[in-house]
Order: sequence, then structure tokens, then C-alpha cells
Amino acid sequence: MELKDKLISSFLAFEEGLEPDNGMDLIRNQAIKDFEELGFPNRKDENWKYTSLNSVLKHDYSVFPKKEEAIEYRDIKKYLIHDIDTYDLVFIDGIFSSHLSQTTHDKIDVCLMSSALTKDKYRPVIENYFNKVAPKSGLNSLNTAFSREGAFIHIHKNKLADKPIQIINFATGNESSLLLQPRNLVVVEENSHVQIIERHQSLTDHPVLTNSVTEIFADRRAIVDYYKIQNDNLSASLIDNTFIEQKDESNVSVHTFSFGGKLTRNNLNFYQRGERIDSTMKGVTIIEGKQHVDHNTLVHHIEPNCESHQDYKGIYGDSSTGVFNGKVLVEKEAQKTNAYQSNNNILADDKATINSKPQLEIFADDVACSHGCTIGQLDEDALFYLQSRGIPRKEARGLMMYAFANNVLESVKIPEVKKRINKLIASKLEVELGFHNL
Amino acid sequence: MLKIKNLHASIEDKEILKGINLEINPGEVHAIMGPNGSGKSTLSSVIAGREEYEMTEGELIFEGSDLSEMDPEERAHKGIFLSFQYPVEIPGVSVTNFIKTAINAQRKAHGKEDMPANEMLKLIREKSEMLEIDRKFLSRSLNQGFSGGEKKRNEIFQMAILDPKLSILDETDSGLDIDALKVVANGVNKLRREDNAVLLITHYQRLLDYIVPDVVHVMVDGKIVKSGGKELAHELEERGYDWVKPEKTV
Repeated sequence: MELKDKLISSFLAFEEGLEPDNGMDLIRNQAIKDFEELGFPNRKDENWKYTSLNSVLKHDYSVFPKKEEAIEYRDIKKYLIHDIDTYDLVFIDGIFSSHLSQTTHDKIDVCLMSSALTKDKYRPVIENYFNKVAPKSGLNSLNTAFSREGAFIHIHKNKLADKPIQIINFATGNESSLLLQPRNLVVVEENSHVQIIERHQSLTDHPVLTNSVTEIFADRRAIVDYYKIQNDNLSASLIDNTFIEQKDESNVSVHTFSFGGKLTRNNLNFYQRGERIDSTMKGVTIIEGKQHVDHNTLVHHIEPNCESHQDYKGIYGDSSTGVFNGKVLVEKEAQKTNAYQSNNNILADDKATINSKPQLEIFADDVACSHGCTIGQLDEDALFYLQSRGIPRKEARGLMMYAFANNVLESVKIPEVKKRINKLIASKLEVELGFHNL
Repeated sequence: MLKIKNLHASIEDKEILKGINLEINPGEVHAIMGPNGSGKSTLSSVIAGREEYEMTEGELIFEGSDLSEMDPEERAHKGIFLSFQYPVEIPGVSVTNFIKTAINAQRKAHGKEDMPANEMLKLIREKSEMLEIDRKFLSRSLNQGFSGGEKKRNEIFQMAILDPKLSILDETDSGLDIDALKVVANGVNKLRREDNAVLLITHYQRLLDYIVPDVVHVMVDGKIVKSGGKELAHELEERGYDWVKPEKTV
């Protein structure tokens, strides 16, 4: 049976197993109908021209997670940012792990989507925000239909999340291939601030496919810093769908670090519904082998006087492939928009490929929009310069690639995250970066 | 220290060096002068091991080892330093980090541990004072946005830090005003010892007023056509390069 048919026929059984919830049944039923109609995207879809899901959809994924595997903190510590105090939401095969997590309801809510979907006190938030910004698409509808668990983060007005929040999804899937569909909702009210780190990590060699949907609402003057660490193993694939709605003077940044996984697709959409909004998207991609990473971004400038900044850098080795498809849509009313986009790539080997496609659709006449794209190899003159100082060629290449990606790290606001990413980059480039702590 | 015999080198099948003979002993300063396009910079690149240049004939021996098959970094580990005519800009790597990486790469090649941080800072402070380099300069990206003079001063700063046996200074005087030239020359002179040597490559005699050579060579069309003492540089300054050409046939 095709995966699509299997999922549709699994839906009834899934629904039966659910507790009564906050009017979710109607949403789920509509979503499965939409998925039936839309199905999985294919390469005929303009947005999926350079990424085929065929190789990841062929597995016979189990949709219902088995009961929680025994996982101890020491087994997963290395995947967490553990040198600072954080709230942690840890999920194992889609099921919340209370003993590995630290939640809170003290001034801010950092808890489970399953609670939010079923408990009365969260009903208003769910009704106002759940499934309100994610557009209709086959993948989003599929996630909505099966949405049950994930992170629910609600920062009330004038509150500051006192420590960063980590959302970590582990897959053990010891017996079979596994499809995971986490669903996250982040609501940040007026004048509030939150920092979030998200990671998906497979602990098995069996195939794992994650189709994740995250909706983020940033109200007036809210600040959200979101970091995605994608360094999964070679049997795991990720489709990350993240949708952000911003109100006046809010500031949201999303950093995406893509260093691993078989296939990674990031759908990142920003909707600016207010004035003087700032939206930042930054990414560093370092892959090799036959890995594939696709960044598909959209910034929808709907109202005047807003800014958006996109800066994606990629280093592609072996026969890896990358895609950057960055769309900036400026509506007629969105005068005085400043939109910047830059995508720079290094092809470290002859067989590596990058498809870079900036798309600017501008209907306003008084705007500043720029985009730039470069694809190149490392500068031989610079390599010789470094070698002539005694730095071996391999390290010289690493140093230059590190320097290339470096400016994206400058905007990372959590020092421990920056340090971790530094280390990941160093290990990906197989260099000892002993120089960054002088 | 350095022995070059009948060295021929080409780039993309075009022969640039057509039989160079040169011997430099410890404690000596040699200058190579010559018109543009005579192959001076090619010679410095070939000694330092730039890949685009192919050595087609001859010998290149440094302290008894054959350099011809060595990578540039191995030559650096042996103690060869090239001060670039056009130092390369490397955004994202600060001067300090670059120097730290270079020092530790060289130490590693000699089987030594990384230099302790306090020793490193002391060394950097001492040498930056010698070359009158502002501390702020050290945290800037390597050569990015540096003036011509700053780039050259930075080259000599690296030379002072790495303490090579043979330093090749390729057109180090170009782009320097007279004050900067004095600082740079003063730095080079302070680094001169009985056990190291300097090869100056220059178009003009000006630098040689400040760094006085033991031997001056004149290079024309890929060959050394005349060698002499420091007075040769003055003669060249007065009479130009055409004057030496007839000697080719002698």
C-alpha cells in the first residue's frame, strides 16, 4: 500500500484512540480530507522542483509510536545544550518523556500540546491560534490530522522566559521505520521574550521521517529567537514546516543549522501583519556524501515600514545537493519595506550541486529590496597564503570555510549555542578550531 | 642555506625562469632587482611552493633538503617565509586568530604542544610593539580593508612572530610611505641574525638604503645577469636596467 493510502486508512483508528478535546475533531477531519485531496508534494510542484520525496516516502512507516523506550539522561545528554539551565521538552518516538523534561506553568506555560488540546483552560489559546497561520498544504494537513503531541509554549504579556526552552524529539524506532509528526505552538504575547532551541535526533539506523509543523505568533513588540539544530543521522529525514505571524514592532529571528540527515527540507514562512516588524532568517548548511538540504523561505510583507533579512550560507561536499528558494512578496500597501536576501555557497567538490533561486515579487513602488547569490570554490590564492604560513592545506580549507560561515554565527544570542555550533562546524570540517577562544 | 641551481620554471607552459643560480648563506641579505616581468616574483613563488608554477629543470635545495616536491606548508615548517607582494584578504579570521593558528600549526609539525596562551599574548604584544602596530588592529579580519602599508606591516609582523630561517620579502617596499618603510626596515634589521637570511625582491633601490644587502643580483628575462655588492643597487638606480643587459652575452 502506498504511504498516502496507509495514512488515510490509519486515521480512523487514530481518532478513536484520542481523548475528547477542544473542538479538534472538526479540524482533524477537515485536515485528513485536505490531505486526501492534496497528497504529498511532487516535483511538478514549482516549490518542490529540486527536492524529490520519493526516496523517503517508499518506507513502510509505522504511524503509531510504540511505548516509550527506556532512555536515560546520560544517553541523550550530548544532544542537549546542557551547560546552561533550560526548560526541556523531550519527546521519544513522539511521546512526552516526563523524567527527561522540565516544564513550567510559573508565569509562562512551557508544556505539552496534548494538555493544551484537551484541557479547558487552554481552550481560548487553541481556538485563537491553533492551525491559524499554517497554510493549507498536503504536508501541513497531514500533520494537523494526526496532531496530538508537541510543544506548547505560551508567554503571557510583559513576561520574559527566564531561560531558553529546548524542544528535542528523539526517534528510537527500534523495530521498524517510523513517521513522526510533532506539532508545536508558540504564542508570545505583547512585550514578551523567548528563546527556543529545537532539535530532531534519531537514535536508530532504521528510517525515520519527521513531518513537523510549528506555528509561532509574535504579538506587538514581542521578541522570539529560534534556533534549529539539524544534525541527524543518515537514515533520518526531516520536513520542517515553520510558520510565523508577527504583529507591530515584533522581532523574530530563526537560525537554521543544517549539518546532517539524509534529506532535510525547511519550509519557513513569515507573515508580517503589522508595522515596523523585523524578521530575520539565517542559515548555515554543511553537508557531504549524498545528503540533501532544501531551504524554502517566504517573507510576506503585508504592511508598511517593515524589514526582513535573509542570510544563508552553504558548504557542499562530495555529491551532496542543496537548494535555496527564497521568496519575498511585497504587497502594494507595504511601502518602505526593506528586504535583504543573500545566499552564498561553496561547492567543495566537483560533484556537489546547489540550486539557488531568489524570487522577488514586489507590488509596492517605494521599497528597498536586494538579493545576492554566489556559488564558488575556495580561493586558491588565499589557500596558498595560509599554507605559506605553515597551516596544512586541509586545515587551511577548514579555516576558510569556517570563516565563510562565521558571520552567520555572530547573531546567535545564546553563547552556549554559539559554542556548540562552532564545535559542530569544526567537526564537520574536520579541523581543530583552537583559535576561537583567544 | 638555500642553493638554487639552473632553475627553470613555467606557468601554463610559458617559461618564466630560465636557469637561475643562487646561493644564500646564513647571516646574509641578498637583494634581487630587475625590471617588471623579469621573473622576480615568480622566483619567490617557486621557492615558497606555489602550485601554479611548475619547476621543469634544476635544483632547489634548502638546508640539504630538496624542496621541489614539498607542499607550501612543509616549506614553511622548514623555516621559509614569504612576505607577499599582495597579501590576501581573509574575512572572518582575525589577525590574532590567524597568527595563533599558524604558530600552533608550525609547532605541531615539529612535534610540540600548542603555545600556552600567556606566552602567545606576550609574543604578540612584543612584536606588535616592535612594528608599532595598534592593538585594535589585531582583532580586525586579516588584511580586510587594510591600507597597502598596513598589509605590508602585517606581513613583517607575521615574519617576526614566526621567526623563519629564510625570509623572502617580495616588493615589501611598494605601497609604503617613508615613515612606514623605516618602521618595516627597522623591524627586519632587528630580526637579522647570524643564523638566518633574507632575500629582498625589489624594483627600486629605496628599500636597500634601510636594509643593506650583502649581495645584489640583477634579474632580466628569467636569468640573473649580474651580481655584485650593495653599490650595484646605486648604479642601477642611476643608469637603469638597460645598462646591464649587454653582460648577458659576456
